[in-house]
Amino acid sequence: MKQFIGFLRKEFLHIFRDPRTMVIIFLLPIVQLLLFGKVINNDLQDSKIGILDQSHDNTTREITSKLLSSGYFLLGEELQAGDDVEDVFRKGKVKMIVTFGPEFEKSLERDGKADVQLLADASDPNTARILTNYASGIINDYVKKEKLQNIQLPNQINTEVRMLYNEGLKSVYMFVPGIMAMILMLISAMMTSISISREKELGTMEVLLASPLKPIQIILGKVTPYLLLSFINTLTIILLGVFVFGVPIKGSFIFLMAESFLFILMALSLGILISTVAPNQMVAMFISVLALMLPTILLSGFIFPIKNMPWPLQILSNVMPPRWFIVIIRNIMLKGTGILFVWKETLILMFMTFVFIALSIKNFKIRLE
Amino acid sequence: MEKVIEVRNLVKKFGSFVANDHLNFDVYQGEIFGFLGANGAGKTTAMRILCGLSSPTSGEVKVAGYDIYKETEKVKRNIGYMSQKFSLYEDLTIAENIRFFSGIYGISPKDRKAKQDILLRDLGVESSKDALIGSLPLGWKQKLAFSVAIFHDPKIVFLDEPTGGVDPITRRKFWDLIYEASDRGITVFVTTHYMDEAEYCNRVSIMNEGRIEALDTPENLKKQYAAKNMDEVFLKIARNTEAPPKPSPQGRA
Repeated sequence: MKQFIGFLRKEFLHIFRDPRTMVIIFLLPIVQLLLFGKVINNDLQDSKIGILDQSHDNTTREITSKLLSSGYFLLGEELQAGDDVEDVFRKGKVKMIVTFGPEFEKSLERDGKADVQLLADASDPNTARILTNYASGIINDYVKKEKLQNIQLPNQINTEVRMLYNEGLKSVYMFVPGIMAMILMLISAMMTSISISREKELGTMEVLLASPLKPIQIILGKVTPYLLLSFINTLTIILLGVFVFGVPIKGSFIFLMAESFLFILMALSLGILISTVAPNQMVAMFISVLALMLPTILLSGFIFPIKNMPWPLQILSNVMPPRWFIVIIRNIMLKGTGILFVWKETLILMFMTFVFIALSIKNFKIRLE
Repeated sequence: MEKVIEVRNLVKKFGSFVANDHLNFDVYQGEIFGFLGANGAGKTTAMRILCGLSSPTSGEVKVAGYDIYKETEKVKRNIGYMSQKFSLYEDLTIAENIRFFSGIYGISPKDRKAKQDILLRDLGVESSKDALIGSLPLGWKQKLAFSVAIFHDPKIVFLDEPTGGVDPITRRKFWDLIYEASDRGITVFVTTHYMDEAEYCNRVSIMNEGRIEALDTPENLKKQYAAKNMDEVFLKIARNTEAPPKPSPQGRA
């Protein structure tokens, strides 16, 4: 036990003396979360729109003010009939133009029907889609509530949409689990593999192996600090998510931590596996970034939905551990489900951990031959 | 004299490549034993086996009186090892390195402090106790690495090409440390390819293509091969093994 504490002390000295490691461990999680949460924001706020109102009646004015007071839109330019619409878009001043046809109010009251045209700049298709959805939502809502109250149209079906588990469609709800997966992969797998391969590179690994320390003690000594730090990071990300971004934790906090712990173990064993293959720090880093970070970001469903991927990538995404972890975390945090609904994903993570450990032991033995 | 290393018919194969071909030798306590050979002759492989870093294909090996198959743990407690690459942690201070390595070998803090003071005084680096290893000159690092390798008073210390890349004067000073250790009764097992260093050893063995071709004191070897220095001895042995094109009965490829 004393040996072990001595080993841990040494490992923490390595970590605290290396500015790069410190930045990755303590600054990166916070910066990443703030970046994804605040800057790279899929939610639209204050998008500039143009209004081309050919009626100038009460209804169009009210709709315009509803749009502008929704918080999503700002008036960028008021257009006149005959203005060159394309020119306005080309200048890049507005993202969308709302055009009301002539005699809007009259035709609405007379026929129960009126024309609004939404022209969106689809050079950024995602934004265009979201903008038009928001705008037509607001307009429909207004017309239904204010204008059609007394007019009962026959056989009309009212669709009512509710976004469950994330009513505000906040993208930060998606990012928090994703960033957690990414940071834990980075710190647990990458930092562990780098720190073990550094000992190999410096020749100190041989000295350790020639000492009375058993290989398992060496590995545990190398891994434990990163286990602790990853756990602290999990807490930091969750706390930031809850208190800064208002992400709920509907399920059990202890269950959430237990699943995170499992994921950290998985990532650590992956880190050990990488270090048994990599001869030096550069290779370890390269493998980690290429084989872990990119797939975590691209293939785990964190940013791009798995259902939209071509089928070879969908199949590939099954072997990405973060994919399963993200499902678990979303379930616990947003839906409040327990083990009954995520046992399959949990088993998959356990199985992966087991495979990585078995492979590491096998590789390690070959190396000692 | 007590034998601290006994090697009988040691064979190590990597696939079909024979790295150590039936090695037989003994090393006695307090001796400085030079393990010579060209690169790829198999000396590092043999040394790794003696340190328990690798296991032999067949043969009997006893180190410090313990069998390396069954009593690896006890072997490791009784040896020190300094690898080819310089092997202290660059981002730790001298004192922290000593603390870490003495912790591994279970030396009590009280003993450590007493021995650390002596070590620092002997090397004349008391004032640099809290300097990072990375900031020290290479010669100091090597001396420190050696002192740390024998900090737990092992019976044998294994040095794998310890003086690579340093100038002759620093090398000579390093050998003074080796002599001191040998005077304290520590057996020194050293691999090198500097032939002038071979002269400093009590006995040397010369390996070629996985076999030990010669083993004796430097004096006797020079007489036997009618050579002026170890360099010539080494060249003659290397030529002898190349020159006669013996038909190989084993049919090695």
